[in-house]
Amino acid sequence: MSAPQLVENFLQALTAGLLTGAIYGLMCVGLSVIFGVMRVINFAHGDFMMLGMYVAFYAFGTFALPSVFGASAGPYVAAVLAGPVIFIAGVLVHKFLVSRVTGIRGSALSAEGHYAQLILTLGIALILQNGGLYLFGSAPVSIPTPLASSAWELGPLHGEAVSVFINQGQTVAAIIAVAVVIAFVLFMARSSLGKSLRAAADNPEAATYMGIDVGRAHRLAFGLGVAVTAIGGGLLASGSSFQPYVGLEYVIVMYAGVVLGGLGSVSGAFFGGLTIGLVQQLSTLFLPNQLQNTAIFVVFLAIVLLRPQGLFGKALRRT
Amino acid sequence: MAQGIRRQALFIAAFGLVYALVVLFAHHSYYQLILTVVPIWAVMGLAWNILSGYSGFVSFGHAAFFGLGAYFVALAQIHWGLSPWIGIPCAGIVGGIAGLVVGIPTFRLRGHYFALAMLAYPLALLYVFEWLGYQELALPMQREAPLLYMQFADHRIYAWIALALLVGSMLLTAWVERSRFGMSLVAIKEDEAAAEAAGIRTVSWKLKAITLSGAMAGVAGGLYAVVLLVVTPPAVFGMLVSAQALIVAMFGGVGTVWGPVIGAVVLVPLSEILHAQLGDVIPGIQGVVYGIAIVAVILLAPEGVFWKVRDLLRKRSGEAPGSTAAAGADRSGSVMEIPARKPANQDEVVLEVANVSKAFGGLQAVRDVSLTVRRGEILGIIGPNGAGKTTLFNLLNGFIRPDQGRVLLGGKDVGGHAPYEICAAGVGRTFQVVRPFRRMTVFDNVVVGAYVGAASGEEARNVAKAAIKRAGLERDALRTAGELTNKQLRLLEIARALAGRPKILLLDETLAGLGGAEVEEVITLVRQLAAEGITIVIIEHTMQAMVRLVDRFVVLNEGALLAQGQPAEITRNEAVIDAYLGRKWRMANA
Repeated sequence: MSAPQLVENFLQALTAGLLTGAIYGLMCVGLSVIFGVMRVINFAHGDFMMLGMYVAFYAFGTFALPSVFGASAGPYVAAVLAGPVIFIAGVLVHKFLVSRVTGIRGSALSAEGHYAQLILTLGIALILQNGGLYLFGSAPVSIPTPLASSAWELGPLHGEAVSVFINQGQTVAAIIAVAVVIAFVLFMARSSLGKSLRAAADNPEAATYMGIDVGRAHRLAFGLGVAVTAIGGGLLASGSSFQPYVGLEYVIVMYAGVVLGGLGSVSGAFFGGLTIGLVQQLSTLFLPNQLQNTAIFVVFLAIVLLRPQGLFGKALRRT
Repeated sequence: MAQGIRRQALFIAAFGLVYALVVLFAHHSYYQLILTVVPIWAVMGLAWNILSGYSGFVSFGHAAFFGLGAYFVALAQIHWGLSPWIGIPCAGIVGGIAGLVVGIPTFRLRGHYFALAMLAYPLALLYVFEWLGYQELALPMQREAPLLYMQFADHRIYAWIALALLVGSMLLTAWVERSRFGMSLVAIKEDEAAAEAAGIRTVSWKLKAITLSGAMAGVAGGLYAVVLLVVTPPAVFGMLVSAQALIVAMFGGVGTVWGPVIGAVVLVPLSEILHAQLGDVIPGIQGVVYGIAIVAVILLAPEGVFWKVRDLLRKRSGEAPGSTAAAGADRSGSVMEIPARKPANQDEVVLEVANVSKAFGGLQAVRDVSLTVRRGEILGIIGPNGAGKTTLFNLLNGFIRPDQGRVLLGGKDVGGHAPYEICAAGVGRTFQVVRPFRRMTVFDNVVVGAYVGAASGEEARNVAKAAIKRAGLERDALRTAGELTNKQLRLLEIARALAGRPKILLLDETLAGLGGAEVEEVITLVRQLAAEGITIVIIEHTMQAMVRLVDRFVVLNEGALLAQGQPAEITRNEAVIDAYLGRKWRMANA
């Protein structure tokens, strides 16, 4: 392979990594609220994302989205619409199921409560996956968008030898993802509701003493977490095909991203997800396609073992 | 103890017998398959339980060991013609080695990090095996010597083999549960640091647990390959395999032999039958019903079926909790006294701290502290909050490593040694905020502390009895530590430390939160222990009590040694009064 070819492949993989990474980052931000801050291991998180994909799919197909917003913008409006729908679903699931084994009630169950939330969310995951199979069928679908098959050409650079193609659909999706992340991080950091959510998630007991309705805060935080990830799913839905079991593929990516970003850091999770996207795409340069995911896990393991506080987290110091 | 095991073994044998009979009457090959798969998943659940149930290190990655076992059996038969009769035990060895290899780096992590890191192993392997071209591996039919290759026309034989494996795994688990192995794992689950300080070699027990656990999972995977005849990466390395291990164990109840078995016996047939009955009619519905069943049970019995049922039975029979466990605690007559160490030489230096310093980031917690402790004396350490007293204890018992300086125990430098080594060398300690193993009985708590110096379980139990008697906790021996009062917990910690037969006892604010009469009681005990030759170093704020108790004071302030000497000198030392005792003290004692 010639040198310009190598450079081109590298730049192409880098672009693809940044674009998918941005969406992974958004999905990780959603998980980080639930896992990173509330420390609930939610096995069903990928399945809420799957629901988000189908909500976007049906919203685009059923409503007048394509005629109102056009075939290009419609899929993205549908993706964002998945947010509120999954928010409500998440709040309900938390209210009736998850809250019984987590939060203050969960800590009363001590170590066994910890086990209970694992198996409970596994059960929810099974219900969502198979319910999805029942409702949506097993045939893979995707949201058609003309942008997905068109690209901007960057270049030719370096004397006609190198040019990089940037997929328009992915670029728009990545921009929306970054916008949602920024809005969400600002909401969590600045607004008083965001602050009370973080307080309630971080230390339920202390938050109770501060007059925060912890039950409500946990419900909202859970709902927001799955909603943000669902928007990420909706954005992915226009670029790639999916079926009801798709959540399993992404749940690992998301946990890896959150841990990389450092547990408890919402913005760190975005960069964790971005890193995962980059690792996945760049690994294709020197590894067979099938080992893409192995590369993710190896990087994940290496970082967890060498820097358990996360790539972007600060080392805890007792000062 | 032995009787308990025998009773347990009897139940297990009875279960095996009933199950074998059920298999005998199963004529439909579909039911025979279900009856074979149930014990395999039960073994998988037991494998998971050995590590995660007892030690509390939750693994999401047991598929790694299961899959390696399955692929080993399949590949060994295909390439080397190795019979599964040898292949399956070898799969156990493969799984065990994999467990050890995974455990060495991964046990550096705790809690959620450990669980998630475990998740990565099988999934990484899954793609590697696909890439290697093992998408679908079929075990060749051996028409010449079917029996030699575990290929039976009568499929009930598979079920019996799986059952034999299950019964073996249950007996093994029952033995682990009651041995030093299991007790150490449970102590690690309850409080790893406290276990380490009580002399438990936590790293080595955890590695043994994951090795055994991996071996059991490897054997289960090996048999699975033989039964299904086809091995694919998603079927043996997939997330559902790890999840299944977790689900059967948690559904039935963790930390018991019966939990994973109950889980497998209920859930595996349920999902299979749902699949057969409903799967074709309404695709996906079986998974939904299965999921609902799991969710429902966990909401009703978050701790698992076994524990819920046991609690219900106890409530009905009005039995007090904890009274069946370790019922032999005070039955034996042969209570061994803790060998008293006569203060042979009062001038003998037991502990010498030389120029020890420790900083946390920018905070100098302990600054160039030197002191000596002589055999049989009671040394009091006082100083304002944040003076570095507990940090000093943590340096002495190995929780933290000094930045510089030496800690000499009987002349040997132990600075930077692991807490269990220092405990074995004769340093026992208690904690400022009590750290009992809350869900173990008082007796078991102290037995855990006794293992460090005991050659056998029998000896550990006798030493524990003596230590409990010494601390005056005989009447509470069978109560769960979580039910105790503050004073009892303080005494429990002393008993646990005493059971390790320490030369030096480090007592960290043992009198905190005690009432007047209780303080006297504990002081009397401490005095007696000192009289028996145990050297005592005690941190305490209650000066009135300390002045009467200690032979000598060391005063710390801002991490540094402010003064040391007899109580009479220290209480008049101007610097000590300024830094710690305060103006009121000066007025009251003027």
